[in-house]
Amino acid sequence: MPVKHKTPFELIIPECEGDLLQIQDLHFAYPDGHQALRGINLSICEGEKIALVGPNGAGKSTLMLHLNGILGEDTPITIAGLKLEKGNLPLIRALVGLVFQNPDDQLFSPTVFEDVAFGPLHMGLPEEEVRLRVEEALAAVGMDNFGSRLSHHLSMGQKKRISIATVLAMHPQILVLDEPTAGLDPRARRSLINFLRDLPITMLVSTHDLRMVADLFPRMVIMDEGKIVADGQTQLLLKDEDLLLAHGLESLS
Amino acid sequence: MLYAPTNLHIPDGFLTIIVSLIFWLITIVMVGLAVSKTNKSLGEKQVPLMGVMAAFIFAAQMLNFPIAGGTSGHFLGGALAAIVLGPWAGILVMTAVVGVQGLLFQDGGLLVMGANIFNMGILTAVIGFGLYRLVVHQKRGVRLVVAGGGAWIATMAAALAASLQLWLSGTTRLEIVLPAMLGVHALIGVGEGLITVAALAYIEQTRPDLLNAEKTTREGGRGWIVGSVLVTLAAVLISPLASGSPDGLERVAENLGFLGSGQDAPYQILPDYTIPFLGETAVSTILAGVVGAVILMGLLILVGRNLRRRTEV
Amino acid sequence: MHVDVFDQFHFSESRVHSLDPRVKVVITVAFILSNAILPDGSWLALALAWLFLLLGNDLSNLGLGFTLKRSLIALPFALVAVSAIFSPLGEPLADWDLGFMILVPTDAGLIRFASIMLRSWLSVQIAILLVATTQFPDLIHALEHLRLPRTLTTIIAFLFRYLFVLTNEVHRIQRARKSRSARLPNVRGGGNLGWRIKTTGSMVGQLFTRSYERSDRIYQAMISRGYTGHIRTLNPHQVKSQDWLVLGISAGMLILIQLVGWIL
Repeated sequence: MPVKHKTPFELIIPECEGDLLQIQDLHFAYPDGHQALRGINLSICEGEKIALVGPNGAGKSTLMLHLNGILGEDTPITIAGLKLEKGNLPLIRALVGLVFQNPDDQLFSPTVFEDVAFGPLHMGLPEEEVRLRVEEALAAVGMDNFGSRLSHHLSMGQKKRISIATVLAMHPQILVLDEPTAGLDPRARRSLINFLRDLPITMLVSTHDLRMVADLFPRMVIMDEGKIVADGQTQLLLKDEDLLLAHGLESLS
Repeated sequence: MLYAPTNLHIPDGFLTIIVSLIFWLITIVMVGLAVSKTNKSLGEKQVPLMGVMAAFIFAAQMLNFPIAGGTSGHFLGGALAAIVLGPWAGILVMTAVVGVQGLLFQDGGLLVMGANIFNMGILTAVIGFGLYRLVVHQKRGVRLVVAGGGAWIATMAAALAASLQLWLSGTTRLEIVLPAMLGVHALIGVGEGLITVAALAYIEQTRPDLLNAEKTTREGGRGWIVGSVLVTLAAVLISPLASGSPDGLERVAENLGFLGSGQDAPYQILPDYTIPFLGETAVSTILAGVVGAVILMGLLILVGRNLRRRTEV
Repeated sequence: MHVDVFDQFHFSESRVHSLDPRVKVVITVAFILSNAILPDGSWLALALAWLFLLLGNDLSNLGLGFTLKRSLIALPFALVAVSAIFSPLGEPLADWDLGFMILVPTDAGLIRFASIMLRSWLSVQIAILLVATTQFPDLIHALEHLRLPRTLTTIIAFLFRYLFVLTNEVHRIQRARKSRSARLPNVRGGGNLGWRIKTTGSMVGQLFTRSYERSDRIYQAMISRGYTGHIRTLNPHQVKSQDWLVLGISAGMLILIQLVGWIL
């Protein structure tokens, strides 16, 4: 992987031209009674790259599972103008590309090709289009010619990239990643961060990796105990040591 | 050793074509039923669940436990799979496991796979689940004991079925092989039973939702109880009969048209196997010589090619 | 322990590797079937079958002895067939008195035993050749297009994928057990058999719950990508004229083997 030298990345929240995603007062409790989300309000604009941070059990993953309707029914969520309800689910699942934390859960097919083709195939696309999209998605994550490889032969970093390709092939409007750098060695982590920076797509990324947040995300959302406790410019929030400490985060300085 | 074959996986060549086909037929019917039943009961979640469970059984079979004197017991898992997943899903999971063992590892043959699936997947599911279903509303201790006992009986039944299939094929003398098979599997079965009990106890402690009586009764009706009791009774009746006085069984098989043909079953397919104009004649001897020469020549050519290739590299 | 233990496939280019997997599956099954219906003692036909197998080995660039090396897996089972030597049909050859039973090997029994062993040995080898020249995912496709129920082939695909993940988990669990199995000098440790089996059982239970929870997460990953209960796949294979040719030649050779077996 060649090292890319880029002009300094502008960490500025873009002007909002119409919300891509809106959540108004979202509550959720698991069947065992655990109240995981207590009134979430969030809106995301097109082109934004947002970090979602907070301690374990804060509700980050639960929130992400709501974004394409895996958890919750008829939730107060609107995506690209579509209300999240049963009839819209197939379309919304194509719009929201959700990548799970463990690539061994995300990559469930024997070969890379079959995994990347899974989404497009289940969208009902014709065969030619499916093959085209697989090629394109693998190229986008820098994994050309990996189609015939067996998933269990891949390294962790490769699995992470292919996991992202599996949803990119569906042409999502927003990419939702759950702890993408977890379990990566420093080099693979750096390469993934560079890749995410160059990826021209709206993304919401949950992570404990504050260094990556500082590098990559103009906007940062902090969650704790099922609530959003802070939402704003990363540079400002990362300076607020009391805030970080109060919610189980370590300051970078 | 990472992967040790258990001695219940019959390889190709050990069963005659007729015995193989009969058990393929039974297996195909049962697996077909299982596919349609699980489609209804488990819905869309069935595929990943059964797939990962099949991998689980496969992986669990690698956890061997030392018994004594260098031998180690292996886990089959058929009864456990049927109890926790329901009998139909259990059958499908075991079918996939036995299938991959045969296909990928040559542990068990392909033509005889129907018999292997029957022994290790279907029999174990019927007995393991049915007996457990009988006591599903009883106290925890009773349930665990019956589950363990069921796993032991299932292992014995699988060994018995394999012995009978081999004997029907004229591959073994029952009075020699059956006591040995049952003796070995009586031991292996104890391990199987104990592991099944310990695994169920652990699952009940950590995920009681996966193992409640209501779920179990939903997955299989009273028919399974009847089936398991009948199969168990049959096994109990046949074993002493077969090992004690195989002559009786032999007579039954002879009447059914197996034995005497067990030795040469294909003759039933091609009754006129002696082609009239070719007997033990000079022509057949010459032909045999020609074929022999052709084989020898082919061998020489192949070996020669290989040697040349090796020297070229 | 590396996962490659499970990968029998040998990456190399050859005419056998590039055959349509369906054709290879059909030829493999037909070959095993052919062996099974050969009469006992048809040594010439079995020799021809062996030649067919060697030809397959040769054409696959794996070397003539490739399948031979791995074919000993069925050997333990030979023990079971040994008793066929004492078949009551046929002329007695000897008389062994073991004290508790008298064993009488017969000529028909000996022929039967040798035939079973040869059939088995040849059949195992062609199965080895099949998986050595075919990627397992292609094999799954072949089964799917040979009309195996979709539910079953999908389970097999998952089994193949998660076999590696779960066996690694097993190794981790076993390593953890081993590293805590300390033993003091002059103290009999290690627990009794019951205790050992109970630990193994708990491991199985633990593996089960972990696997069950994993299947939940996989299901979520699947519906995230549009899964609604029907698995769809593409067929990457097309039967080419070369495949038909190989199929025809193989069929011819198998018929020849049968003729030799039954007539001579």
